[in-house]
Amino acid sequence: MAVNANDIRWVAHLARLEFAESELDHFTEQFNDILKYVDQLKSVKTDGVEPLTHALPIHNVFRDDTVTTSLSRDDALANAPDRRGEFYGVPAVLE
Amino acid sequence: MELHQRTVSELLNEMERGALSAVELARSFLNTVKAHDGRVKAFLNVNEESILAQAQAVDAKRQRGEKLGRLAGIPVALKDNLCLKGEVTTCASKILERFKPPYTAHVVERLQQEDAILFGKCNLDEFAMGSSTENSAYQITSNPWNSEYTSGGSSGGSAAAVAASMAPLALGSDTGGSIRQPAGFCGIVGMKPTYGRVSRYGLVAFASSLDQIGPLSHDIRDTALLLEVIAGHDPRDTTSVNRPVPKYTASLDDPITGLTIGVPNEFFQKGLDPEVEQTVRTALKVYESCGAKLKPVSLPNTEYAVSVYYIVATAEASSNLARYDGVHYGHRAKQFDSMIHMYSRSRGQGFGNEVQRRIMLGTYALSSGYYDAYYKKALQVRRLIKNDFDAAFSQCDVVMGPVTPTAAFKIGEKSSDPLSMYLSDIYTISCNLAGIVGMSMNCGMTKSGLPIGLQILGKEFDEEKVLRTGRMFEKETGWHLKRPTL
Repeated sequence: MAVNANDIRWVAHLARLEFAESELDHFTEQFNDILKYVDQLKSVKTDGVEPLTHALPIHNVFRDDTVTTSLSRDDALANAPDRRGEFYGVPAVLE
Repeated sequence: MELHQRTVSELLNEMERGALSAVELARSFLNTVKAHDGRVKAFLNVNEESILAQAQAVDAKRQRGEKLGRLAGIPVALKDNLCLKGEVTTCASKILERFKPPYTAHVVERLQQEDAILFGKCNLDEFAMGSSTENSAYQITSNPWNSEYTSGGSSGGSAAAVAASMAPLALGSDTGGSIRQPAGFCGIVGMKPTYGRVSRYGLVAFASSLDQIGPLSHDIRDTALLLEVIAGHDPRDTTSVNRPVPKYTASLDDPITGLTIGVPNEFFQKGLDPEVEQTVRTALKVYESCGAKLKPVSLPNTEYAVSVYYIVATAEASSNLARYDGVHYGHRAKQFDSMIHMYSRSRGQGFGNEVQRRIMLGTYALSSGYYDAYYKKALQVRRLIKNDFDAAFSQCDVVMGPVTPTAAFKIGEKSSDPLSMYLSDIYTISCNLAGIVGMSMNCGMTKSGLPIGLQILGKEFDEEKVLRTGRMFEKETGWHLKRPTL
């Protein structure tokens, strides 16, 4: 399955990535190289094979519903690029 | 051997008998860093003041006659994707250039509990995505054996730091070979433990079903010791397994009688450098001379491992790296038109090319219409790869082969061709997909003087057997004693 520059634009939008138009061709070419390679998987018979998401069996892990210490508000906000008092600053979401 | 070139076991003995203080030792390593890291570029950050303060605290504790931890006074270098509270943790990315984690990784806490000296943060491929440490946003780490060559990656800084004797121990992380491949390229020991053996709490996530933290060191005993310290259950990582940690160092010198070594044909095919093949086969003969039996085994789905990996790992990465939104922490663009634009511009500026490529690949594989063809298919083949290992381990104790198809490649040689870079991980990737143990150790040198790695794979939670098997080789040879001339 080959992709073109428009597909890459769409994927970049989904992934929330902005890059220069001049990089688009390069990305598209490399993307196609990789897709062409991984297309080899099509030749593998996998009818009835259960997908494996984790190598070892994993189970839900529960803890007691008790209050424990967590990050302080200041610690949580310490790395914010735009801290406004007790809040994270963001651009207007609704126009 | 110079002080800083010795193993941890030797250094601990010297300190215990009072012949060496932790401060003297720390100074010796700091001097080595000053002398050589300008060229090797293994470290992103070495905080001399903090290192000496930690060492003084250990010496004071010893003087007061208090009980000391198992790594008292031993410097341990950390890959810069391991969080240390209040200290910048960059993941070698611009997006985390000023990020100071509000908490400390479980493995780093374990080091602190054992009185180790946290000795600097090491370079890596950005977010551990790469096989050469060339994808770092800050610097390229060179191979201590020859500075024209890469250190491997992504834990290239950790491996080069140990190989160049700038720290006796280091921690790395391994998602598709990122400990074993640089350890192989730099001629040291590196282990990826079983998935779940070591808590990932505080490791910046790349691909959560594959990531595992592990040790790098000059010899097997030191790897066993560091693994003993970091392994074990941690409720903060729900995939961490609650199972006792064996005393790996205690059984290390007991050779395994009746050892059966599985030799997969698929690890010795087209693409394998003849010099690497010959050296690995010579290593297998060493085992035969110790009474081990070689048994051909088959891992028929090996050829699909790279494809499966670059779908599964990138899909998980695209989800994990969604958290870098320019809001909670990390880089935010200065100018933007809207909320969405703020996200995409911040991420576009903050992430390097390889990270962007992988996020997009993963997003594509998970996107509507492609999910079944790519992601689900990859997970099905992942099961076939695991089944191959289960079948192999029913016939042998460990599986052996090369770590990589070639010894270290030159800086710049593969950096413009992502696919050829990905293929250099062909022998290491399936171990992560199957969740099993993998270790690499030096087993010889090329004619041009670059190390060649031997890979030993063991079934889940068989770290002890893998370490003992590796130790048998060390006793017969002397490759672990070699140090590069810097």
